[in-house]
Amino acid sequence: MIPTSFEYVRAKNLSDAFKLLGKHAKVIAGGHSLLPLLRFRLAQPDTLIDIGQLPQLKGIKKAGGGMKIGAATTYRELLESKELKALYPLIAEVTEHIGDLQVRNAGTIGGGLAHADPAADMPPVMLVLDAAFLLQSKAGKRTVSARKFFKGPFTTALKPNELLTEIQLPAPPKRTGMAYASFEQAASGYALAGAAALIAVANGMITRAELAFTGLADTPFLAPAAAKLVGTAGDELISQVAAAAVAGVEANDDIHANPVYRAHLATVAARRALTTALGRAR
Amino acid sequence: MKRPITLNVNGVARTTEVEPRALLAHVLRDQLDLTGTHIGCDTSQCGACTVHLDGRAVKSCTVLAVQAEGRAITTIEGLTPKGGLHPLQRAFWEKHGLQCGFCTPGMIMTAADLLAHNPKPSEAEIRHALEGNLCRCTGYQNIVAAIQTAAAGR
Repeated sequence: MIPTSFEYVRAKNLSDAFKLLGKHAKVIAGGHSLLPLLRFRLAQPDTLIDIGQLPQLKGIKKAGGGMKIGAATTYRELLESKELKALYPLIAEVTEHIGDLQVRNAGTIGGGLAHADPAADMPPVMLVLDAAFLLQSKAGKRTVSARKFFKGPFTTALKPNELLTEIQLPAPPKRTGMAYASFEQAASGYALAGAAALIAVANGMITRAELAFTGLADTPFLAPAAAKLVGTAGDELISQVAAAAVAGVEANDDIHANPVYRAHLATVAARRALTTALGRAR
Repeated sequence: MKRPITLNVNGVARTTEVEPRALLAHVLRDQLDLTGTHIGCDTSQCGACTVHLDGRAVKSCTVLAVQAEGRAITTIEGLTPKGGLHPLQRAFWEKHGLQCGFCTPGMIMTAADLLAHNPKPSEAEIRHALEGNLCRCTGYQNIVAAIQTAAAGR
């Protein structure tokens, strides 16, 4: 039993959900981020609005050269999409290691992103892919770049009356390699530090380089230092760029890793992710 | 406030009264007397409470009973054919895949989801699938062997 009581409403459609949204309501889909918060009284909403079974929030479809993912699509459903894996192998690779089999069966991509755990694996992937999030409310809809979505620990650009309804992925550039490397806290599986990288190559030269971190600071973030790789062949510069990307970042401090150790792990993760991404791009 | 809900459990419609904050694991055990579903950690770590929701293994300590309304729930009791054993249950018996048995229902429900979608998993795939199920007795070796045996017998 969850310690404090609340009302539960299963939304029949999106406008039904919009009507109930507000300061004292929480949205539930898979519930695998929210129920642990409720259990520890870290959240005490008056009402839960269940959007987990709404068909209009489920599914993966091609759009232009990219793809669109309904926010209530489960991690399991992401893994079962051959098309998603073919275009964005990094999403499949990272999803395979989120939670465990049962958690992936219940948890949803939109739920995880809206929850915005500062050590979650998916946000840095969204940052390097330059994804956009469709936010809807009774008043209308707006699109927010993933790069402007994560504001702080468990804090996003979502307003209390808005729902994250869709993840929009642009077409990846040609000859692109993507990779993710992380050091997990053994019991929780969350990243002590993790890095996602995307590198595009043409004629042996890097034409685009993106690097993003998770677990390192109070929110996942894109590291501008990766741009130094553009116009180079990469190899020798990667270690330098990895170190530069972490330098000056105020690293998290907790019982699992102090800031110096965590920054070191992030540097190693960045180096590995960039090296693997470059190898895959070639 | 309690409200009546109807849960489709093991193919049978069961009506009971629950508060929205009631967890599926507790309702299955305490109100529907389906005590085959065990509760180990109550924090979605150990997997002892694993049941199937619409054919997929989930941890019933992290699902509200009201969330499961209108969906198909299968517990370990529902996996067992009348008067016999499910191939996974027989394989766990034959391969000594349990000692105290507390984690076994969850192990079997997770393995059943795995085999339903990947009938011939590799050893590595079996171990990866069991990541969310903890066993403090066996060292997992015989659990993996049991799942391999069940897969081979299909």
